[in-house]
Amino acid sequence: MITATLPEKPKKNYINATEGLKSWLLTYDHKRIAILYLLGVTFFFFLGGLFAVLIRLELATPAGDLVDSNTYNKFFTMHGIIMVFLFLIPSIPAVMGNFLIPLMIGAKDVAFPRLNLLSWYIYMIGGCFVLTVLFFGGVDTGWTFYTPFSTSYSNGYVIASGMGIFIAGFSSILTGLNFIVTIHRMRAPGLTWFRLPLFIWAHYATSMIQVLGTPVIAVTLLLLVLERGLHIGFFDPAYGGDPVLFQHMFWFYSHPAVYIMILPSMGVVTEIITTFSSKKPFGYTFIAFSSVAIAVFGFIVWGHHLFVSGQSVYAGMVFSILSYVVAIPSAIKVFNWTATMYKGAVRLTTPMLYAMGFIGLFTIGGLTGLFLASLGMDVHLTDTYFVIAHFHYVMVGGAIMGFLGGIHYWWPKIFGKMYNETWSKLSAVIVFIGFNLTFFPQFLLGYMGMPRRYHAYPPEFQVLNVLSSAGASILGVGYLLPFCYLLWSLKYGPDAPPNPWGATTLEWQTASPPPTENFPVTPVVTQEAYTYTTEEVVHVG
Amino acid sequence: MEPKSFQLFPEAASSIAGQVDGLYAYLVLISAFFSLLIAFLVVFFAVKYRRKSDELPRPVDEHSIGGMVLEIVWSVIPLGLSMVMFAWGASIFFTESRPPADSMEIYVTGKQWMWKIQHLEGAREINELHIPVNRDIRLTLTSEDVNHDFSVPAFRTKTDVLPGRYTTEWFRPTKVGAYHLFCAEYCGTKHSGMIGTVYVMNEADYNAWLGEGSGEGSMAEQGQALFNQLGCAVCHASAINKGNGRCPNLNGLFGTTVDLKDGSKVRFDESYIRESVLYPQSKIVAGYDDYMPTFKGLITEDGLLKLVEYVKSLGPKNGTQTSVAPAAVETSASQPKTPAQDRTSPQANSRPGNR
Repeated sequence: MITATLPEKPKKNYINATEGLKSWLLTYDHKRIAILYLLGVTFFFFLGGLFAVLIRLELATPAGDLVDSNTYNKFFTMHGIIMVFLFLIPSIPAVMGNFLIPLMIGAKDVAFPRLNLLSWYIYMIGGCFVLTVLFFGGVDTGWTFYTPFSTSYSNGYVIASGMGIFIAGFSSILTGLNFIVTIHRMRAPGLTWFRLPLFIWAHYATSMIQVLGTPVIAVTLLLLVLERGLHIGFFDPAYGGDPVLFQHMFWFYSHPAVYIMILPSMGVVTEIITTFSSKKPFGYTFIAFSSVAIAVFGFIVWGHHLFVSGQSVYAGMVFSILSYVVAIPSAIKVFNWTATMYKGAVRLTTPMLYAMGFIGLFTIGGLTGLFLASLGMDVHLTDTYFVIAHFHYVMVGGAIMGFLGGIHYWWPKIFGKMYNETWSKLSAVIVFIGFNLTFFPQFLLGYMGMPRRYHAYPPEFQVLNVLSSAGASILGVGYLLPFCYLLWSLKYGPDAPPNPWGATTLEWQTASPPPTENFPVTPVVTQEAYTYTTEEVVHVG
Repeated sequence: MEPKSFQLFPEAASSIAGQVDGLYAYLVLISAFFSLLIAFLVVFFAVKYRRKSDELPRPVDEHSIGGMVLEIVWSVIPLGLSMVMFAWGASIFFTESRPPADSMEIYVTGKQWMWKIQHLEGAREINELHIPVNRDIRLTLTSEDVNHDFSVPAFRTKTDVLPGRYTTEWFRPTKVGAYHLFCAEYCGTKHSGMIGTVYVMNEADYNAWLGEGSGEGSMAEQGQALFNQLGCAVCHASAINKGNGRCPNLNGLFGTTVDLKDGSKVRFDESYIRESVLYPQSKIVAGYDDYMPTFKGLITEDGLLKLVEYVKSLGPKNGTQTSVAPAAVETSASQPKTPAQDRTSPQANSRPGNR
């Protein structure tokens, strides 16, 4: 390995280049902004997770005995709002995208560094709105804010929550815009589109959705706030509105938003599998274009959330068939990842374990999506725990496995420290087992008809619910472990070499952690991203 | 519904349940096959091609794998399999969306947090639904406040219940028993308390239950009383009166297509009746003026359903009329039919009214 030929560790890197809190809070360095985001999303992840713990505790018994209904409703609402809008959407793009996109394309920074810092402040202001709501007693609409419940009947802080998400949305738009321009304009000499790492393609597709989709949720929430405050009559039939209109507008963003959450994770997993198979990814162009296809088709499937909501039968059929079309690019990716391992030289490192877990769980998540895209099947399954299980397989089994895989993969690059391999492998296995035990029983509960968002439930559902709650406690341990040993590594971990994994993409060709300007000399790219030779890769910087 | 302590598969108690379970079996098989295949390959490759500690990456001859063929194969096969899922699901959905013409009708109003149910014969119940086995049941549902969803897992069906709208749901129970009724669309604080029981009874038991009655008369009779009480009878002709001609004659209209003043057409159905009572100026029938006042705030959702049922009892029934005369042409009034007659003799629907 390269450790033998490790170049002298540079004295100055982006972390110690300047000192003091102010130098962090006013930084324009994309790497430091990524760290700021990492702090934010980690905080919101554990806060959202706390509500998940409370939900699972309540559901351990059929009776609603831990808290009252109103409190329980606020638990799942806060869990959803925090996890979706303040963790999943910013998680990978704002942390890893921010840190890695300029490094991977050989640039000094993103195209608009000040805008990048502004995005973080906007995100934090949005987050503060949500925390304020929480402090004053929460909101009970569900993260979906369906009208007319949210506009006329909810007794929670709908306006403040809506404004929080509205504000956080602008952070997402600006980040997407920044990435699109960066990827177009800032690539190193010789780095053509088809030499780009697939992580970049995934983020490019994600950014398109962020820029085009997020304004729709902004408008929708604005109308919601106006209706709640002034009873204008967009959505509530009592004022002449249409109760289903909100659902169309909400899902027009929120379905593509699911791809904002999963596409970056797919990008991370592609990098990990390639590196630890020491092999060019199978079907580079298919993986690249399937990301774009998902982004495009993702915009025209929102109606599959409304099969039982009074939408016409023919609209239902169109949305059903389009939902199957959007499933194909995901299937292509899964097959290509698997084929990448074929005849590779596979190393079962911690990131690779997470990536393999991702493939398995995302496959189940995707396949169960096919159940819900099928009209006759969805009528029985929609609004039940089957839906909960499905999207947690995609969002937790997919997006969060990808997030953790990425954190473990790039941790040496980001902080210049190696973590304990035994503990980290153990935690990957614990997360995988805990996850399946938590969410698999929910498929069975869903088919039996247990509705989602139920504070109390009939006794015959208890055994599966207890299994699920038990799994959640294992999953919780699996998430706390990395938090501990990763923090520990910052102080006590051995220094990381520039390229501990023998990867070929550009971010590994500079020091760990990188200097503020990323590369001492602008790299010139002469080959594709994944050129593995029998020789060890030569390092610059 | 004797309480069970543990269960892994729901009871199947409707004509559609077997079909849904069949599609489920297909989906489970396909999913299990691909999940296991992928899991096996990932683990197998990870073990078989595991890199020895000091081994350098193997060079791979990319052209030996036949990339393009594989890409096409693993795109086309899933596409084909998923088109079967689409077609199968769509065909079940079609059945679920088209209630048989002579279904027995029941009206449901959801409100935070209860289900109110009205039978045509006049019986009313809350959070319970009594129905006879082996009969097609058609529900017309609406909400007084927020969105709800009428879900009966044993029947494998559900429909959102929306304020300001009528939605329909039908099923044919095939097994006597008691089944869960859930509100499946989140509706606020006591959402999980908005539950009830569907009792499927054999015909004799059902008739005995119905015989206990409410003493208030059938829904149509109650609707007729409202029709008089609210003053509808002053202008609209119906089975019991001639009206003054300033508003359309309601006899024989239900289920027909009506020409509107602005040149468009509208189907004279439950939703149009509801809209006309609450917002009379929004769709005015050709040949009439904007004369009718709104009854918004003066009538409850339950009352509206009774009025709807009365107007329904006056005319051709939904789904049996193919070509239709425009409104306000017919002058004779038809015999008021009891709903029971209406159900058992569909041919009566096309009979011109005489009196």
